[in-house]
Amino acid sequence: MKPSDVMVNLHVIVANDIVTAPLFAKQIFPMTIKVNEKEIPWEDGMTLAGIRERYKPDADITVYNGFPVNDDIPVAAGDTICLIRRGEVPGADEMRQLLVARHSPEVYDKVCNRTVGIAGAGGLGSALAIALARLSVGRLIIVDFDVVEPSNLNRQQYNCSQIGMLKVAALKENLESINPYIDVITHADRVVADNIEPLFADADVLAECFDNPESKSTFVTSSLRLFARPIVAVSGIAGHDDAGKLVCREVMDNLYLIGDGVSAAGPGRGLMAPKVGIAAHLQANKVLELLLAMED
Amino acid sequence: MNLDKIRIIVNGKGREIGDSTNVSNLLDDLGLNHERVVIELNEKILAKELFSATALTTGDSVEIIQFVPGG
Repeated sequence: MKPSDVMVNLHVIVANDIVTAPLFAKQIFPMTIKVNEKEIPWEDGMTLAGIRERYKPDADITVYNGFPVNDDIPVAAGDTICLIRRGEVPGADEMRQLLVARHSPEVYDKVCNRTVGIAGAGGLGSALAIALARLSVGRLIIVDFDVVEPSNLNRQQYNCSQIGMLKVAALKENLESINPYIDVITHADRVVADNIEPLFADADVLAECFDNPESKSTFVTSSLRLFARPIVAVSGIAGHDDAGKLVCREVMDNLYLIGDGVSAAGPGRGLMAPKVGIAAHLQANKVLELLLAMED
Repeated sequence: MNLDKIRIIVNGKGREIGDSTNVSNLLDDLGLNHERVVIELNEKILAKELFSATALTTGDSVEIIQFVPGG
């Protein structure tokens, strides 16, 4: 509903009788439109072509209230217009404004200076990294020794053209094409007890994204002992049964665990895109919650 | 052989164990894999290399998470 559509009933005293009259909201609410997420005053006589001429004459796509439009039509108060030039990447400030409009300024301002450590770039880590990049988390530290194999494509956020590449290199490429304004630090290393401190010391929150349960155990045990920072780990996400069992629980001080704890990957119960993706996004949501709760 | 029992708490539930039990023994009794667990003993995370060297005493509180494969 646009402000201009709202009818407000106003009690008007006319010659000692109280009369109820509809009062159009345009006389009460400010009249604006949005152009590329920026609010500007609406003026009578505005048209799409005029807006395009004024704000982005080189636009080749106009999205009007969510629909691509080719005609020139009048613009009403409350309309939303998005002017796009194919293939053009917004500058840093414009990108910030566009993203801030989608999250809220408080979310963006808190996460844009934070660092998240991601141990493992497989099904969990690749999807988690993408979600955090879309959130504009300022810096991601991603560690994985492995290369992209065809079988990974059943659930990991890589594509055919990246087969044989180091996962951290392929993921960095993908992240840069999604949000070029965050820092992505990668290490093509195997995480062991001795290198956890140097690799992840700068992270505000850690995400355990391994496939191997021994690695999960080593990473979580060492990180809890080394750092006084929250860790979001995963256990039990295989198969395709009810995904409602994939919950996030606080299991120890600073340790959050996602999964059902029992659905082990193995013959007859594989890792599949839906539940792995759900777990990765539960992880992302928990990481976001933890970042937002941090004091500056 | 010392058959005295002591009482500890494992994942919030009371459990009787032999009074010379260490953390490694406890994991065996519970059928858990030493390499796949995270152990918190009296609210401190226990390093893996100390499992067999850490004796359990009356009233100890142990929290154990075991990881399964998949990620």
